[in-house]
Order: sequence, then C-alpha cells, then structure tokens
Amino acid sequence: MLVGRKDSGRKAIIQVSAIAIGIVSLLVLLFGYNKGTLIFSVNSELVSQIMFFIELILAAFILYLGIRHRKSLTVILILAQACLLVFFEIRFSGNMHIDNNIFLDQFSIIMALIVGIIGSLICVYSVGYMETYHHHYKEIRDRRNLFFGILFIFLSAMFGLVFSNNLIWVFFFWEITTICSFLLIGYSQSEEATNNAFLALWMNLLGGVAFMAALIYLAIIDPTGQLLGLNYLISTGKAVALVPAVLICFAGITKAALMPFSSWLTGAMVAPTPVSALLHSSTMVKAGVYIIVRFAPVLSGTTEGLIIALIGGTTFALASFIAISQNNAKKVLAYSTIANLGLIVACAGVGTYNLMWVAILLIVFHAIAKSLLFLCVGTVENRIGSRNIEDMGGLIVRMPKIAIMMFIGMAGMFLAPFGMVISKWAAIEAFITAPFGLIFIAILAFGGSATVFFWSKWMGKIISVMREQTVIEDTVKKEKWAVLYILTGLVVTVCLIFPLISSILIEPFVLNIYGQTTRLAQANLSIMLMMLCLLMIMPFSMLFYRKSTKYAPPYMAGRPVEGHMRFAGSMGVSRELVLSNYYMTSLFGEERLFMVGASLCWALLLFAGILLVGVIL
Amino acid sequence: MTYLKKSPWLLHYDASSCNGCDIEVLAALTPLYDVERFGIINTGNPKHADIFLVTGGVNVQNKQVLINTYEQIPEPKVVIAIGICATSGGIYRECYNILGGIDKIIPVDVYVPGCAARPESIIDGVVTALGILEQKRLAMKTKTQTKMVKVGDAR
Amino acid sequence: MIPEYLAPFIWAVLYILLAPVIGGLIAGIDRKVTARMQGRVGPPLLQPFYDVAKLYEKENLVVTASQNFFVLSYLVFMAVAGALFFSGGDMLLVIFAFTLSHIFLVLGAYASYSPYSHIGAERELLQIVAYEPMIILTAVGMYMVTKSFFVSTIVTSNIPIILYLPGVFIGYLIVLTIKLRKSPFDLSTSHHAHQELVKGVTTDFGGPNLGKIEIAHWYEYVFLLGVVWLFFAWNPLLAIVAIIIAYFIEILIDNTFARVKWQMMLRSAWIIAGTLGLVNLGVLYYLRMVVP
Repeated sequence: MLVGRKDSGRKAIIQVSAIAIGIVSLLVLLFGYNKGTLIFSVNSELVSQIMFFIELILAAFILYLGIRHRKSLTVILILAQACLLVFFEIRFSGNMHIDNNIFLDQFSIIMALIVGIIGSLICVYSVGYMETYHHHYKEIRDRRNLFFGILFIFLSAMFGLVFSNNLIWVFFFWEITTICSFLLIGYSQSEEATNNAFLALWMNLLGGVAFMAALIYLAIIDPTGQLLGLNYLISTGKAVALVPAVLICFAGITKAALMPFSSWLTGAMVAPTPVSALLHSSTMVKAGVYIIVRFAPVLSGTTEGLIIALIGGTTFALASFIAISQNNAKKVLAYSTIANLGLIVACAGVGTYNLMWVAILLIVFHAIAKSLLFLCVGTVENRIGSRNIEDMGGLIVRMPKIAIMMFIGMAGMFLAPFGMVISKWAAIEAFITAPFGLIFIAILAFGGSATVFFWSKWMGKIISVMREQTVIEDTVKKEKWAVLYILTGLVVTVCLIFPLISSILIEPFVLNIYGQTTRLAQANLSIMLMMLCLLMIMPFSMLFYRKSTKYAPPYMAGRPVEGHMRFAGSMGVSRELVLSNYYMTSLFGEERLFMVGASLCWALLLFAGILLVGVIL
Repeated sequence: MTYLKKSPWLLHYDASSCNGCDIEVLAALTPLYDVERFGIINTGNPKHADIFLVTGGVNVQNKQVLINTYEQIPEPKVVIAIGICATSGGIYRECYNILGGIDKIIPVDVYVPGCAARPESIIDGVVTALGILEQKRLAMKTKTQTKMVKVGDAR
Repeated sequence: MIPEYLAPFIWAVLYILLAPVIGGLIAGIDRKVTARMQGRVGPPLLQPFYDVAKLYEKENLVVTASQNFFVLSYLVFMAVAGALFFSGGDMLLVIFAFTLSHIFLVLGAYASYSPYSHIGAERELLQIVAYEPMIILTAVGMYMVTKSFFVSTIVTSNIPIILYLPGVFIGYLIVLTIKLRKSPFDLSTSHHAHQELVKGVTTDFGGPNLGKIEIAHWYEYVFLLGVVWLFFAWNPLLAIVAIIIAYFIEILIDNTFARVKWQMMLRSAWIIAGTLGLVNLGVLYYLRMVVP
C-alpha cells in the first residue's frame, strides 16, 4: 500500500483486502463463538523485543516531531513514557516469562467483528471519499498512499489489541493506535490540523504514561510477569488488580476522550471524514472503553470504580447538553460519541453483571449507527461543501437516499425501537439495582432527553423543503453507495437480531465472568420487533394519500410565498425566509459547560488519585 | 347531515377595515353572545377554518394576501363579507387604493351590510352561511354548483 | 373466565377502541368546565366529536405529502404506546414509544416550512426535553416501590404507592400540565380558542390530518390519566376521585395562569419537578438501604 502509487491499483488492493478482512472476522466468529475463552501461547521473547524496538523508534520519531513543532507537552510526555519503557525493559523483562499471550473470547470476537466489518467498509468508502476530497482541496498534499497504509496498520493494531492477553502487547498496540490517530488527524498539514494532532497526541500519551506506570507496578508486585496476563489479572480479584486497573482505566479515559480530555476528539474532526468514522467513533475510542469494560469486574463495588463511572456519567450528561448548541455536523457527532462513550464507561465503572451486558450492547449499537452517520455526513459535505447543519435543509429533496440513510442512522441513535434506546432502557433497568444507581438514572434521564432534542432538530432540518432544489446525488460514487447501503442494512438488522447476538456472544461472556447473566424479557422483545416492523411499513402509507391530497403553500400570515420562499416584505422589497434551529448557546454553550464538566471530572480524577495513593501506601 | 353545522370554525381577516366591524365580530365571540356554544371557534389559521369572515375593502396591498389566505382554506368553505366596506367598498369606495368590495377578488357567499354591522346580524350571517356550507359539502360529494345568497337589511 | 394470557390483548383492543371515546368525552368535559369558569355556557359535551367529524369532511390539504405519513405514524404509535400501557407492558418501553410518536408530530411540523410550525416544532421538542426526565423518574419510582416496571404488576399491587411517592406525584402533575398542553405550558400549540404562534405545531395541518392529531390527543389523555391511576391503584375508588380532582386542578391552572416562556418551562420542569422527584426517590433509596 505504502509503495503503490497508481490509483486504480490501489483501489483494487483496498477492496480486496477489505473484503478479506471482513471475511476473516466472520470466520473468527464462526470458529470461536461457542468455545468459551481460548488462550493461545506464542513465543513472546522475539516478539517482545521487536515491539520494544519499534516503540523506541516511534518514541524518537515523536520526539523529533515534537521538538520541530515546539510542542513542549508532547516532548515531556514522550520522554517520560520512553524512560518508563526503557526502565521497564531493563529492570523487569529479563525475568518475565509470559505464556498466554493471545486469547479469544466472545468480547474479543465482538470487537473484532466491529473492527473487521465496519473498519473494512470504511476503508472501501474512503477510496471514493479521498478522491473527491483532494479534488476539492487542491492545496493539500496528496499523501494518499500514506493515508491508506496507516489505515490498514491501524486495523491490524486494533485486531492485535483485542486479541492480546499480554498487557505489554496491549500497550504496544495501544501506542500504535495513538500514532496512527496522530498522523491521520494531521493529514491535511494545515496549522489547525497539526495543532489538533498534537493535542490528541499528548492527551493519549498521558494515558500511555499511566499505562506504563501500571505495567511497572504489576512488574514490581510480581516479577515473573504472571500478572501481566489480562485474564489472570482480572481473575485475581480486587486487592491486587485495583491499582493497575485504575491506572489503565485512566489511559482508557484519555483514549475515549471523556471529560476533561474531550477536546482532542472534537478537535480531531478536522481530519477527513473516514478518519473520524473509523478512529474517532467506531474503533479507536472503542479500544479505550474496551479496556475499561474488561476491568469492570475489578472495578465493581469499589469507590474508584464509582468515581470512574461518575466521570463517565458526567461526560454523558454534559456532552449531550453541549451537542444541543452545536451547528457543525461533525462536532455534533463528536459530542454524541463522547456522550455515549461516557455512558459505556458509567456502566462499566459500576460494573454489575447486567451493566456489563448493557455496556457491550451499547458498544455494538453505537459503533454501527455512528459510523453510518459519519459516512453520510462526509458524503453530504463533499456534495454541498458545508458541514453546517443549517445548510442541510431540504436534503431529502437534494440527496434523497442519503437523507433517508441519515434518518435511519439518527433514529438508530435515539428512537425506539432501535438500538441505543434498547441500551438506554436496559441501562436504566440495570442501574436501578446497582449501588448509587439513582445518580446515574438521573444522569441518563436528563442527558437522554437532551439527545432527543438535538437529533430531532437535525432530522427536522433535513426534511424541511424550503425552496425548489435539484437533485445533486447522482455524482456520488459506486463504492460509497455499496458501503452506505450495507451499513444502513446493518443498523436495522442488528436491531432485529440483537437478541441473537446477546444470547450467542454477550450472555456467555458475562456468565463466564460473573456467574450470572441477564437479557431482556421475551415479551418486550416481541413488542419491539412488532414496532420495528410497523415502523418499516408506515412509509408506504404515503401511497394511499396520493389521490385525495391537495397542496397549499405553508402559512406565512397570508404573505404570498413563491416557490423559493420569498415573500413581498414591506416597502415592496422581496425577502427570503430563513428558518434555523434553536441552539441556545447561552444555556448549553460549549465553553460554559465544558468548564463545568472539566472541573467536575478533574476533581473526580484527583479524588481517585488520592484514593489510589492511599491504596498503594 | 353534515357536521360542518355543528362545528364551524371561523377565520377573521381585516382587509382594510376601520376596525369597527372587527370590534363587532369580536363582540360576537365574547361570553355575552358566546358563540362557542354552537361549536364556533375563532382560529387564526386558514388551514383549520371553514368560514372566512372578512371586514373592510380590498386595497392594492392586501389583494395578494386575501387570495393567498383564501386558497389555504380547505374545501368546503364559505366567505362572509362583514360590513358595507367588504360588500362594496363602503364610504371608502372612491379612494385611490381601494379596489372595492372583496367580491372583486374572491367569491363571496354571504353579505352582511352595516356600518358597523351589529353582532346579531353577524351571527345571522354565520347561520345563513352554515346552510350554504352544507350545500357545498353535498356539492363536493356530487360536484355541482351552488348559488350565492345575500342577507340582512341594513339597520 | 378469560384465559390469562389473553388478558393483555383484550385490554389492548379495548383501549384502542374505547380510548378515543373516553378521551373525547374528557375533552368535552374540559371545554364545558372551562366555559363555566369563564362565565359562559360552553359547547355541548360531545363537541369534540363533532369537531373531528367535521374535520374529516374537509378536503385533505397539506403542504407536502410526507405530512400525511407523519401524522398517521403519530396516531398509530400513540395508540400502540397506550395499548402497551394498558395491556400491562413495561413502563419504560411505553415512555419510549410515546417519545417516538411525538417525534413524528414534530417531524410533520418541520416538513412544512412555515415559520409558525417551525418554531412550534422547536418548542414541542423543548417540551419533550422538559417532561421526559420526570416521566422516567416516575417509572423508576414505581419500580422502587413495587419492584417491577411492568404495569400489570404495579396495577395489581396492594401498596399505597402515593404514600411513598408524594414528591414524584407532584412532579408528575407539573409535567402533566405540559403534556396536556395547558397554560402556563402550552407553548407549542394550544387548545381551541387559544392561539399560540397561530397554532404552533399544528399550523399547517388541515382537514383529516388535524382530525387524526385530535384523536391522538384523546389517546394520550387516557394514558396520562391512567398513570395518575397507578399512583392510587390499590384503591380504585380513590383513584377515580384522584383523577377527577387532578384534572380539575389542571383546568383551574389553565384558566388562571398566563403562558410562560420556554426558559421558565424548562426550568420548572427540570429544576422543580426534577428536584421533587429526585429528593423523593433519594429518600426512598436511603430508607431502602437502611431499612430493609
């Protein structure tokens, strides 16, 4: 990929590889779904050495870039991380013999499916997208081979992450994803992009330092390195695992862009849309929550766990509120992502068995719906040249199929009977039996209603037709259509078959860890299925009304309105009507609420840190 | 029997009235006369209305507005011209901007002359309009023409 | 006797058939009582039915064809949600189904590009944002007392729920004002003879569509008062009295208070109702934790 320069060749390679990845993921599913937890041993010595060297090279690379761009925070953090890494290698790794390096359990399979299917779909999409992108932005240097190369490296890193049992390996893949994100955000090499890339970098490095600290702590406790095996660590229970769990969860918090670290995700929206779809909603940030959900059994019932959950919950509520005041489509999606990640972490932090079930369900539904939305927004942006929601009026006429797909994606985010509502419903039912659950229910109730507001606003904007418009949809490329159709189909299908997913993959996993599991009641499932079918039939009702309907102009106090919503104003001047949504920035403004969220979360983090120190000492 | 008689909803529009007739229309809607007991409601929205009450004559500026509003009322509908200005232009008939009574622009079904028309006449006019409304409803079903009716003596 | 597994279906069917009748009568009583409070005679009791019948006699006038779809979906999902409630289903699912149907109404208002319906739609969304947390807290409160989200369990329980959930009940009454579209919270659209933004959300709907919206409102009335019943479910007579008193208070409030701005509505619903509800639930929680 990196070396190939020709466009057509590249396209073919990408499509073939993407399909291959997708198929392999499915094969993994078929192979592993009923086998419980499988553990594989791989000779780790050589691999670890290679990893160490790669990490050092990458550290040097980042150091060089940090110095060149004069980003002191980055420099400090990468130096700190590198020192810790070298310290770890020198002091400990000689004595370590870790056997069980790779494992496969249902949760890994779910993550692998998400990465494999959605990831490869997005890669296929980005071929067409990048062509148009460079067509529009001629000033950006065409480094597409690098772009695609990194995309695939990233996919491999994600696979590595979810299949690794050895925490050192997890860390390695973690850092690779950080660097991929850094390089991809800065793709356009504009000043804003570079700054945001470094912002993402230092926040993730902060997490990396914490991760490294956890590894060192584990190595100090048990020099043979047994505890570095993830499944072993979790099963040893809270006394031992809590400190590294919290530290690694901190790393997860930075990677998942919860408050107070959310600004890197919103800043990363300057990257091309496939990057946003892949890294910053479906997969990389999911790695952050993945690791937190893995540690949920360790966190459940502890104060630190509760604090982490509160950070998640606060993020959910405040990010939802902030999203109300945003009119940049990608920022709305970014804040919605942050909010949902916060919700997943809130479930994981409290960590009872049913909450873990909910968390995994949320991961699945969110990944699919959000990636669909990002891709649609990317296509729309390419066509109409704007990311502003206010410019998307009448999209149902201009780009009917994309508008409907966006509709389905958005419905998938907040409407019954689609996925996210199922998860929110299950979350409420789960929190109610959990300790301190009431706080989280309140957060869910208030934050949830905020999400209703901003999604419906957007939906309304798409369907309001204000002037005669032409269809501009036809120039969208074939590959993009295929991807979008598949993703839309997935949104609906997963909603239909989620009981199946639940019983095959999620419930056994939860059962394994907690000894009990949960599911939605059968009666409710049938009702939801009925509602979904009803929802799909309803649009056909429009056919019944064709004959009897008479058309009239909208009411504008009698002002005659021509087709283009111009009316004769006073003084005989012809004015155009402009309607825009409520953004309520005085109440829900980004600045104000971010201040609130950041301070709350810093306070919580500080509290957690103090507790942690107490535990260590 | 149509239900239009049981629940006729009004839309009141002041074309270029001096507001004398408007005050009388509103007086008809007050608890003293309480037209809601007949199911009459004053809506402000043409799409919800059955009866279009217009006061004042048509001038150059509100000609389009009148047509636009009239077209937004769903069938079956009746138009009542309240006051002599709406009927024929009244004392402003010779003004440079007045085009005349509203029947120059939209078809009128009931005329209620007066300056200002009294609430009792207005209610009378509405009741007559209801009969016409019923005819129109039946006509809508069978698609035939209906006639227009004049009412009331000037008092 | 009726076999037990059929009971939910029978309830659902009864609801779908009878709720419009009951809801329409409630609306009629509402208008009569309001008129008497204002010193008038008022329309006949069956007036709402005449209104809807008349609306169906008008032609179907729309701005865009999708409005037909949205209004029909609004009605259908409203009926479905209410049927779900009365057949004893999960309260949270009922709430979410109701939200779904309201969103359809909002989308229908957005579909026409009139400024009145647009702002009406925004305000309707704000109303949804305002009342949804409280309704969820109501469902949660019911769970905390009866250990179940299922209406069938709550209705048949012998616990005097109102004694445990007074704060939640008052909070519910506050948001009931919003849901019934009564002053001071009738921002997005208002009852007959009141205007707000011309007719707000329903501005660009005429004829049969408006009739459908009206029928959907009737379904909603029955559901909302059904929730009031749940608070008193252990004593049906008391429940009926409570419903009558609660509705009368709503009418009284409607006639005495002026409309407020949306900021005030959001504040009252979130801060006042929310605090009442949360404090109530918090106390319950604490007591449950301390006193098993």
